[in-house]
Amino acid sequence: MINFFEVHETNKMIEQDLLDVRTITMGISLLDCADADPVKMNQKIYDKITRYGEHLVETGEAISKDFGIPIVNKRVSVTPISLVGAGACRSPEDYAETARTLDRAAKAIGINFLGGYSALVNKGMTPAERMLIESIPQALSETDFVCSSVNVGSTKTGIDMDAVRLLGDIIVETARRTADQDSLGCAKLVVFCNAPDDNPFMAGAFHGVTEGDAVINVGVSGPGVVKSALEKVRGESFEVLCETIKKTAFKITRVGQLVAQEASRRLNVPFGIIDLSLAPTPAVGDSVAEILEQMGLERVGAPGTTAALAILNDQVKKGGVMASSYVGGLSGAFIPVSEDQGMIDAVRAGALNIEKLEAMTCVCSVGLDMIAIPGDTKASTIAGIIADEAAIGMINQKTTAVRVIPVIGKGVGDTATFGGLLGYAPIMQVNTFGCDAFVDRAGRIPAPIHSFKN
Amino acid sequence: MDKIIITVVGKDTIGIIAKVCTYLSENRINILDISQTILDDMFNMMLIADMGGCDKEFGVVSDDLKAIGEEIGMRILTQKEEIFTKMHRI
Repeated sequence: MINFFEVHETNKMIEQDLLDVRTITMGISLLDCADADPVKMNQKIYDKITRYGEHLVETGEAISKDFGIPIVNKRVSVTPISLVGAGACRSPEDYAETARTLDRAAKAIGINFLGGYSALVNKGMTPAERMLIESIPQALSETDFVCSSVNVGSTKTGIDMDAVRLLGDIIVETARRTADQDSLGCAKLVVFCNAPDDNPFMAGAFHGVTEGDAVINVGVSGPGVVKSALEKVRGESFEVLCETIKKTAFKITRVGQLVAQEASRRLNVPFGIIDLSLAPTPAVGDSVAEILEQMGLERVGAPGTTAALAILNDQVKKGGVMASSYVGGLSGAFIPVSEDQGMIDAVRAGALNIEKLEAMTCVCSVGLDMIAIPGDTKASTIAGIIADEAAIGMINQKTTAVRVIPVIGKGVGDTATFGGLLGYAPIMQVNTFGCDAFVDRAGRIPAPIHSFKN
Repeated sequence: MDKIIITVVGKDTIGIIAKVCTYLSENRINILDISQTILDDMFNMMLIADMGGCDKEFGVVSDDLKAIGEEIGMRILTQKEEIFTKMHRI
């Protein structure tokens, strides 16, 4: 039988170390909503999302109450809209109307984000996919809950540089259209290389075309729990450090597995995957940066940061994989700047810059995430940043992404405020030397060689 | 078996266990194990019970116990057992 100290440990994780389940995300296929008539298509999309997602929020809240564990977000991801709308949408405006439909559906079922306003263009863009990408600034400025992502490259196909260059302009235009909210629109747009089909985390979630009709994916969290566990092993060897992270990750993931199975059973929707990512929030103590500092760094960004992050990411996976029957999504430590107080402090102290963050993305999930940059950053420079991140993902066979926010009207030293889970961010210096002649070349970067690895 | 774990935390006072146990008995919830200690200068009680014979929904029992806790200045949390067994047992 469960003993007193086990109960105390679990409840301490929840109450003091901010353990939570970050999201229950229901993936819904919209492939059967395709229609030649955009009005009919939008009606089918609205009906399907509101039918499948009708009980998602209340079910999440009931599970939260039963186990005494907070479930922070209830969300929906859908089939990339560029595919669903390819037969109906004749202009970017048609796609934007679908974005407004998605927003209405999200509000009707009470979720706080809906992902999948997306295009997968890792080898090339169809006219429909180009239209969707061109509609992103309008879609994100006219909706509240819709999230967008574009996959511009993969290890198997190389990188579509035409899409990369276009997205430089799209990010700047999205920033401009949402300038009155510190360019918040860009916080809802992720550019991926090797995007996973089953990621439950926003803004990059979409329901892949190889998935079933509907699925429940769960994202766990718990940086505070790992940090708290590491406080007890200060000065110990790497072996003890790794064991501690692994055991803690196991416990965190088991909670996610329980919640996922319950949600799947109660909603009668198959369980997909658990995403093992450690996702920070702006709350003090809920920080990946603080874990790295607890491992022995004076500040995140100091020499040793990349190695510490590599250890953390690998041990979280090793502990988590045993705790769940199906692991997927992004599964690694997130290192967003605005959503992590320790990262913000490190940037302000001058310890952390974009170049070090880029190095860190080589060993953990996602990439340059929630980084505010000067509002006058050129579109070609943003395209260069995307190309660099995509190249890291392509060569290393991993997911990488860019979610940068050029904050219109602000420069280095200013702060951008996004609110809620998105937090706030000091604006970071970007290398201002040009790369126009490189990113303006048309075409794509070929797929890399898969042998002779060094 | 429909096991629940009730934890009571707060400043020690007279009649805590009596209050909780009276409610459980009135609602045909059977106590399987009970233990208490002082942790971090606070009274901590953990009670494992079976609510298989109870007519009320789990959410109602949880809210009722929370309200009893508020009456006596204690925090009473009721959780289904699985969160603990999943986390601490392979």
